[in-house]
Amino acid sequence: MTQLALVIDLNVCVGCHACVTSCKEWNTSGTAGFLADMNPFSKDPTGTFFNRVQTFEVGSYPNTETVHFPKSCLHCEDPPCVPVCPTGASYKRESDGIVLVDSEKCIGCNYCSWACPYGARELDEKQKIMKKCTLCVDRIYDESLPENERKPACVLACPTSARLFGDVNDPNSEVSLAIRENGGYKLMPEWGTQPANHYLPRRKTRITIHEDELIRADNPLKKERQLPMPDADDPTLDETTSW
Amino acid sequence: MHPAFSVIFLTTLIGVGQGLYLALNTVQVYSVFKVLPVQDSAHFYALGSLIVLLFLGAGLAASFFHLGRPERAWRSAACWRTSWLSREIIVLPAFMGSVAAWGMIHYTGWSPHLFTFGNGAEVDLSQLLGVIASLLSFTLFLVTGMIYACIKQLQEWATPLTVINYTLFGLASGFLLAAAFAAWKSPGLVEFYGGWAIFTTLVAFLTRTASLMRNARIKYKSTLESAIGIRHARIEQKAQGAMAGSFNTREYFHGATQGKFKFVKWLFLVLVFPVPLLLASIGIGTQSTALLLAAFLIQYLGLIAERWFFFAQANHPQNLYYQTV
Ligand code: SF4
Ligand code: SF4
Repeated sequence: MTQLALVIDLNVCVGCHACVTSCKEWNTSGTAGFLADMNPFSKDPTGTFFNRVQTFEVGSYPNTETVHFPKSCLHCEDPPCVPVCPTGASYKRESDGIVLVDSEKCIGCNYCSWACPYGARELDEKQKIMKKCTLCVDRIYDESLPENERKPACVLACPTSARLFGDVNDPNSEVSLAIRENGGYKLMPEWGTQPANHYLPRRKTRITIHEDELIRADNPLKKERQLPMPDADDPTLDETTSW
Repeated sequence: MHPAFSVIFLTTLIGVGQGLYLALNTVQVYSVFKVLPVQDSAHFYALGSLIVLLFLGAGLAASFFHLGRPERAWRSAACWRTSWLSREIIVLPAFMGSVAAWGMIHYTGWSPHLFTFGNGAEVDLSQLLGVIASLLSFTLFLVTGMIYACIKQLQEWATPLTVINYTLFGLASGFLLAAAFAAWKSPGLVEFYGGWAIFTTLVAFLTRTASLMRNARIKYKSTLESAIGIRHARIEQKAQGAMAGSFNTREYFHGATQGKFKFVKWLFLVLVFPVPLLLASIGIGTQSTALLLAAFLIQYLGLIAERWFFFAQANHPQNLYYQTV
């Protein structure tokens, strides 16, 4: 069974919000209707977004690290937001695992958003219906687009390729490979929601160097103590002969 | 969570209606077995069920203010197989309908005889319908409570105590109103209703205290570490993805100061329990409609505070992503 999802690499996300703006741009004219903005140019601006980038500081100065954290619906494999919906407006597609809200059926009761542990759903203040990430369901299957553009708007916009898109149930897909090989993990595994979206952790490349690796050991016999070890500042074989 | 007044009024008002109905029907059932005297149909039961319907109707009206698209509310009966909210939306009108029919039967006096018990007690349509409505009333307590108790990550709510408290508060306030109603219409029942009102209020005090104690010691399963998947003891949020708030900051935070939050807790503990208990005990002794009505009104005010606190106290794990609210 296909389960489309995003894999977000926190190691390369620079927090530029390009995914946020491209998401809003694409989806505000999408099938579920516009994403309302309230007071956009005055005090207390607020609006509906499918995707937000948050920033966290990990550790205390001087050992701190800034982590930019894009957050959207995780298209859970066992989504708690779906069974609680009284109208059936909130549903998960069998064919590709995308969790959607039917904008014609939703009564705006907020119950699904209570059931989502991640705060991934937002009630649109103008239309009064529930909005959430659709994985750009209206572009990923659009055959009028060139094939390499049949991806969610956020994935195309990301300047650092921090967002990968694909089928996490296909073991050979780019996303499965990334999860498997780069330590992909799920958010809040404690609620058993089985999020389809995964995050790749911050990664540092370190090599461990032992002290003896810093000393030129060009005479193995010295190393093995069969001859007395010369002083470290004695000339070495390298300095006395030319190979 | 942000306490919405629509839901506060819905749950408290229908609770009173359900409790009052159960009070009325208990007397009818008891009178079949000759435990309590038979009451006058039109004056007692029909008028009583009209009051019940007023409370249920007011609650239903309040609930519409909670919906973004109330005109589509009829759709919400669709998913009763999985959704407790859907079940409530089916049970509430069914209960209202059966109370209305029961009241009409009493008003018109048309109630065909159905069968006779071994001890000679006769069962007619109004008695059968009355018992069905009573079952629906209890079902409604269950489904209303389960709407909250079934969301497991709202850990303050995810306990059987939620259902128990909803039921007991509904019974207590309904029987208290029934006592006031009886003092006005049928003084012989004041002691019966008043006694049950006092008893349920006392039991509710125990169960609500139990849930307060439980919630004070809750250990949250989600942490900021599990929310963003980074293991470090010190993580500080610098940006929330919105400058002036979003749905996430409005819906999930009560926004009250710690002082107000604590004040509401003590307010409801005083208004729901000791004050009505005192007034009711005096009111039962003196058969005073005014005192019993005052006891009911004060307890109802207290229940509004109790429900506010119930919502405000619930801490949603999504709040972990909004540390700087
Ligand atoms: S992240 Fe939330 S809204 Fe999205 S599928 Fe999971 S529970 Fe539902
Ligand atoms: S807000 Fe809409 S999608 Fe969510 S539970 Fe209510 S009806 Fe369903």
